[in-house]
Amino acid sequence: MAKITLSKLRHSYYPNPKGPEDFALRDIDLDWRDGGAYALLGPSGCGKSTLLNIISGLLMPTEGRILFDDKDVTAHSPVERNIAQVFQFPVIYDTMTVYDNLAFPLRNRQMDEVMVKSRVHEIAEMLEVDDMLSKRAAGLSPDNKQKISMGRGLVRKDVNVVMFDEPLTVIDPHLKWKLRSKLKELHQKVRATMIYVTHDQTEALTFADQVVVMQDGDIVQIGTPVELFERPTHTFVGHFIGSPGMNLLPCEIRGGGAYFNDARIALEGPLISGGRGKNQVGIRPEFVSFGKKGLEARVKKVADVGRHYVVEAIIGDTSINAIVEQDAPEQGEKVHLNFAQSHTRVYRDGWIATQLPEAGR
Amino acid sequence: MTIELRNLTKMVDGNTHIKATNLVLEAGHFNVLLGATGAGKTSLIKLMAGLDRPASGQIFMDGVDVTRLSTQKRNISLVHQFFVNYAHMSVFDNIASPLKVAGMAKSEIEGRVEEAADILQLRSMLHRRPGELSGGQQQRTALARAIAKESNAVFLDEPLANLDYKLREELRDQLPELFAGRGAVVVYATSEPEEALLLGGVTGLMDDGSVTQFGPTSEIYHHPQDIVSAQVFSNPPINVAKIEIKGSKASMDETISWQLSGDAASLSDGRYTVAIRPNHVLPFKKPGNLVDLTGRVQITELSGSESSAHFLVGQNSWVSLASGVHPYQVGEVHSFYMDPAHCFYFSPDGKRVAQGAMANG
Repeated sequence: MAKITLSKLRHSYYPNPKGPEDFALRDIDLDWRDGGAYALLGPSGCGKSTLLNIISGLLMPTEGRILFDDKDVTAHSPVERNIAQVFQFPVIYDTMTVYDNLAFPLRNRQMDEVMVKSRVHEIAEMLEVDDMLSKRAAGLSPDNKQKISMGRGLVRKDVNVVMFDEPLTVIDPHLKWKLRSKLKELHQKVRATMIYVTHDQTEALTFADQVVVMQDGDIVQIGTPVELFERPTHTFVGHFIGSPGMNLLPCEIRGGGAYFNDARIALEGPLISGGRGKNQVGIRPEFVSFGKKGLEARVKKVADVGRHYVVEAIIGDTSINAIVEQDAPEQGEKVHLNFAQSHTRVYRDGWIATQLPEAGR
Repeated sequence: MTIELRNLTKMVDGNTHIKATNLVLEAGHFNVLLGATGAGKTSLIKLMAGLDRPASGQIFMDGVDVTRLSTQKRNISLVHQFFVNYAHMSVFDNIASPLKVAGMAKSEIEGRVEEAADILQLRSMLHRRPGELSGGQQQRTALARAIAKESNAVFLDEPLANLDYKLREELRDQLPELFAGRGAVVVYATSEPEEALLLGGVTGLMDDGSVTQFGPTSEIYHHPQDIVSAQVFSNPPINVAKIEIKGSKASMDETISWQLSGDAASLSDGRYTVAIRPNHVLPFKKPGNLVDLTGRVQITELSGSESSAHFLVGQNSWVSLASGVHPYQVGEVHSFYMDPAHCFYFSPDGKRVAQGAMANG
């Protein structure tokens, strides 16, 4: 397994790119440590698949370098890079048995049959497919086929990185959950460097130690799941992660304070000075609560999502979501909203514009 | 408009795909069919849409037997998981196609197409071809076609399954409003419990070709009538364990026991199954008569706002889901607490016989 470094990567699908809009990847600098679990998260068209193809060697970047353990592999072919990939749809040989499918990548490397046997059994046991080793792959259910695909990706110990490209797309939700847990468990056991590409926040956050959030060819934030949830540094991250995403309220900045609808909003810390732009107060629904005092609002909609309620309240023409575990108000009710100060921030042109109190000291 | 199914069945090659089903689906709210792939949702929709013939039973629309009527004569719309549009036609012509087939006047077609396009924010794209649209826009085109047609019934078969996570969230939020007040019976198939809860209305839970429970969505979530319904309507999966009741005491694995309260206290001695959703098995103490479930942590997931842990108590695997960040170590022995007030009790034949006093969340 290897440490992976992406240095000043830029990529354009055009022969003579001009402005930044011609680039699918704009300026990517990353360091991924050996044995980590990483996710690339973003909507369709954000550049995550381009980045994956560059790492795997299927695509030559317009600019920049890729290093495995500090060794430049930019010009290396996919085979030379020694990586394993698991795709959206299961890639297995239907006519072969499960055993032969799992053994295939090892036999390709002329591994001794005794070793092959022990490794196949080890992986099959981890994936809980050891009871189907002698079955032909053709008869398996879609989720078992994808499990075997994952097994083929994980069976070799000598790969530099295992990459997963939306591997759970074809899996039913209730099985998704099981496979996701399985993958996480496998990572904890094999400690391979793994990169997981997805548009699904739940998959990214549950799988990865560190998530790279991408938008329009740029990285907007890199952080642990907790960091991305607790303190998004960009409104896109606030919006994209969390269901519903972060509330954004138009605000005015006066005398070092933020005002929404002429009410002063208490913030996590001091505003970063300088710069003009569109200011918004950002607060996640999880940190909005109801009280006797606070911003006056009217409840537009209440959804019982089972383990909590999602309440949509309206102030003027601004919609604010709140998540509460119990005592949800009724539709049409007049309520008072409170924002947890430590989770209330100002974003200027999308980027965070408040500092943590500690940072100001 | 109403759709009524009477003893409807479907056989394929001698196998029963839909077991005798009786349902009344009404306009004015979403009718959700929730179940895993293969549960029979699409089969049932195809029967209602007239795309398949039932083996026995009848289908009534507004009291009229339509069992033998063709799809065209039933005046229905169908939106699939895969974006079905005519590639060679513009978005306008795609939305207009069923109206043209119906021989509607040109001016009326224009009016209806524009109205539908406005609702689905496609106005600026009417001249484009589907190939030039994003996945979300293509699916909105299919939805606009269903809206413009003003059908008696609209069948939405996992229409958001192939869309990006965030897009799904936005469209799902708009869907109930799109069809509100149109008088059509709207049937929505999904495999995601949370989606059913968010759409509200009424839900039919499906498993193995049967509708196991049907009623107002939130009500059946809180009152599953049998163990299968509880399992279909829970993600992550509901915790299930075998227990023995003696006196007014329940015991599990011979080591864990608790005092029964509410209607569970009057259950006669014998073997039962208990079920409790993961969000009521918590890693900390809350007020109440809690049952200590200490176990070894096997898998942990952290999604930013929620933490889950899978742990083993005796031979039973349990799942806990708590809001906030709880750093678990894999392999450690951790205490979890379940509140019996949130438990469901089932007799050996799977029927719910009692539930804890607060098993409403």
